Amino acid sequence: MTGPAIAPARVRTGIGESVLRPDGIPKVTGNFAYTSDLRADGMLWAATLRSPHAHARIEHLDTAPALAMAGVRAVLTQADVPGRPVFGLEHPDQPVLAHGVARFWGEPVALVAADDARTARRGVEAIEVRFVELEPLTDPEEADRLDQVFRRLRIRRGDPAARGEVVVEGFYEVGSQDQAPLGTESGLAIPDGEGGVDLYASSQWVHVDHEQIVASLGLQPDQVRCHPAGVGGAFGAREDVSLHIHLCLLALRTGRPVKMVYDRAESFSGHVHRHPARMWYRHEADRDGQLIRVEARILLDGGAYASTTAAVLANACYFAVGPYRCRTVEVDGVGARTNNPPCGAMRGFGAVQACFGYESQMDRLATALAMDPIELRRLNALASGDRLPTTGQVIEDPLPTRRVLDLVESLPLPDPDAGDDPLHLPGGTGLTTPRTAVRRGVGYALGIKNLGFSEGFDDYADARVVLTPAGAEVHTAAVEVGQGLTMVLQQIARTALGMETVAVVPTDTSRIGSAGSTSASRQTQMTGGAVLAASERLREKVLQEWTGDGLDDRGVWRDGQLIASLADVCADGPIAEQVVFRHPPTEPPDVHGGGTIHAGFAVAAHRAVVEVDPELGLIRVVRVDTAQDVGRALNPESVRGQIEGGILQGVGLAVMEELVVEQGRIRNASFTDYLLPTFLDAPAVQAMLVEEPSSWGPFGAKGVGEPPTISSTAAVVAAVRAACGRELTRVPIRPQDIVGV
Amino acid sequence: MIVSLTVNGQARTGSVAGPESLLVFLRDELGLPGSKNACEQGECGSCAVILDGELVCSCLVMAADAEGSEITTVEGLGGEDGLHPVQRALLEAGAVQCGFCTPGFVVAAAHLLEQHPHPSIDQIREELSGNLCRCTGYGAIQRALVALAGEDDS
Repeated sequence: MTGPAIAPARVRTGIGESVLRPDGIPKVTGNFAYTSDLRADGMLWAATLRSPHAHARIEHLDTAPALAMAGVRAVLTQADVPGRPVFGLEHPDQPVLAHGVARFWGEPVALVAADDARTARRGVEAIEVRFVELEPLTDPEEADRLDQVFRRLRIRRGDPAARGEVVVEGFYEVGSQDQAPLGTESGLAIPDGEGGVDLYASSQWVHVDHEQIVASLGLQPDQVRCHPAGVGGAFGAREDVSLHIHLCLLALRTGRPVKMVYDRAESFSGHVHRHPARMWYRHEADRDGQLIRVEARILLDGGAYASTTAAVLANACYFAVGPYRCRTVEVDGVGARTNNPPCGAMRGFGAVQACFGYESQMDRLATALAMDPIELRRLNALASGDRLPTTGQVIEDPLPTRRVLDLVESLPLPDPDAGDDPLHLPGGTGLTTPRTAVRRGVGYALGIKNLGFSEGFDDYADARVVLTPAGAEVHTAAVEVGQGLTMVLQQIARTALGMETVAVVPTDTSRIGSAGSTSASRQTQMTGGAVLAASERLREKVLQEWTGDGLDDRGVWRDGQLIASLADVCADGPIAEQVVFRHPPTEPPDVHGGGTIHAGFAVAAHRAVVEVDPELGLIRVVRVDTAQDVGRALNPESVRGQIEGGILQGVGLAVMEELVVEQGRIRNASFTDYLLPTFLDAPAVQAMLVEEPSSWGPFGAKGVGEPPTISSTAAVVAAVRAACGRELTRVPIRPQDIVGV
Repeated sequence: MIVSLTVNGQARTGSVAGPESLLVFLRDELGLPGSKNACEQGECGSCAVILDGELVCSCLVMAADAEGSEITTVEGLGGEDGLHPVQRALLEAGAVQCGFCTPGFVVAAAHLLEQHPHPSIDQIREELSGNLCRCTGYGAIQRALVALAGEDDS
């Protein structure tokens, strides 16, 4: 067939544009189906019996009284787990249900499925259980001494004899932060009537859930299908299995769909947290400020089970020096095993804790040298071609450390006289302190993070692009957690295919291979890379077959003529290309902790302006400006959204967010007591995007999700130090740390 | 007991067994899952609805106490093109990420603009400080509402 003589149009809504997200309308109208909104005919509700102790022997467990209740359909304990009794993201060590011993406060012990949610909760209360409390191990230093550890990592590089003339030492602490996604853990499992099950649950990586579920259920892989479903935020909290295996067990036992939704208090013990850290540092420099030697000892409290502690510890250690050149480095890292709540992934993944340590040290060093802290950072800034100071890996892609610092320094500072409106004072409408008593401070910080998985992990993403008469489809199991992945995959496919009509189809574990985790700032680069390659192959294949020179939503073009419609092209059925994308290979560390351990890096700089009320110890973060190394911004508005949201989580860690854990128990497991930043706590943000392309990200993109959370905390603390003159070696800063200066 | 009330302009009736919240009643009994359950303590605003003209956290209202009231939920805010101006503004400003807080912000912002058609930035920030968002850092939400109705544009 022939068509009008109009060349195929340049595709709109491709990369580089800020487009409307495909899930946007359902989300603003309340019609988007989160996992907590799912229902099925004949559905039961589940609830979980949890340990009220951080460490206890389960002396007696009798489910009969619960089973005898009207409306209770099943009560399960560890004895009902048919397959592998433990699960775990990296090292399966956590019982599906506690068996004999409970090792943390809130550990699941038994499950109830009942006709409605209230009966399920009453069923939990009816279970007869007797615990004998055991002494909990809650001090990670003690765990280290007892060799109760998940991992030790020792890094030695350079000349052990190298010494600098100017020496600063410091001890720093980071409290435990909760991801606090607004959607709690929730899901629905539906038995297929043939011994298998379909699961729709909040997740960041459905294939790794699938592996763990199949193992514990003792089923064949094709009997369990995990579906990407509506997720109410993640930030690392959904990397680990929570209720996934439990729901499948209950659905198979009862033969009915089973739903479970954690309440907020339960959610706090139902997922892992950011590791609390204790860090000792020693920096040595020459008189000019050149770093000569950095020593660090980093202790992370991993809590009761492994989760990702080994990898988080690795990140904290590899980035212990930050984005600075230094030839001699000694780092000793320990991930301790205690009876505290388990810790694992949270945005920034170990790089956050280390950043607070090394940036505090850089400021200390600047003071000792009587040098401008920005100048000290500029002098030592790590660049492409340099070696990462810990692993010795040569950085091959652009690393605009100096540029992000220069840019953020060049941004104008706010007017120091912000007026007397109480809304703009640290105490807010509490009218605590007059403007004249408020002190302002400005602080800078730099941060660095790896992109994608490291240490030789086979990191890949599978995606399929399909051409149909109605347009193109992208099939992927990559989980959209809110960051806008679906939108950016659409944009990549549009630009690569030359077509605007692209739908992203969430695809379950039985229909496509793993996309890897939605974490480590990796999905835009990884699944995006797979979608780009598959789209390019698909376009090439179609153009070759039709000897065309253009493709768009109408069909194939040659010499300005439409020669085949999409229906013609797909006359024999849809045409698909599937690609498994891998980033450049990495390797595990050698005996000195060195090697090509990472696939890529990103840096960011933050400058915080704060105001401190020294009478009541209150802090208002006025603004946080940033420049970030993004490779290429595929959707500038979406990148800005990641930056603003990430900065606020960093601000939260700096001044208010901390899980208070006493003797292993979380004392503030609610949004009343665990403080999250509100609209009034949010600083103004100006973000500069630095675009120096990555060699392997689609169109040069780098992951952007984590860098905003890494150095924003350190910048805020530096600003508070500048305002009040105290050393402030712990985050979050508490009122008592600054009151009365 | 039986509870009768008006939701989004329609007379609705449902039963409650005990002290269920209005939120649970709306979601599980009336089949309106747009209002979200995130904290159950009135801290996050994800469950915000308008009850007889007042903005309330539906998790803090007992369903039985809502007898005879008029309720507007996020599902009831759409206009002729299907979207309320606040919904369109949030969508276009990139103010939606995971979106779990969005229904609460939509309801609270729509209520704010009814009371103050052209709020200042400080008014927007203060009036919406009862709604928590964990994804956006609030910047895009502020830009959306300033562009839609801010006093600078009035």
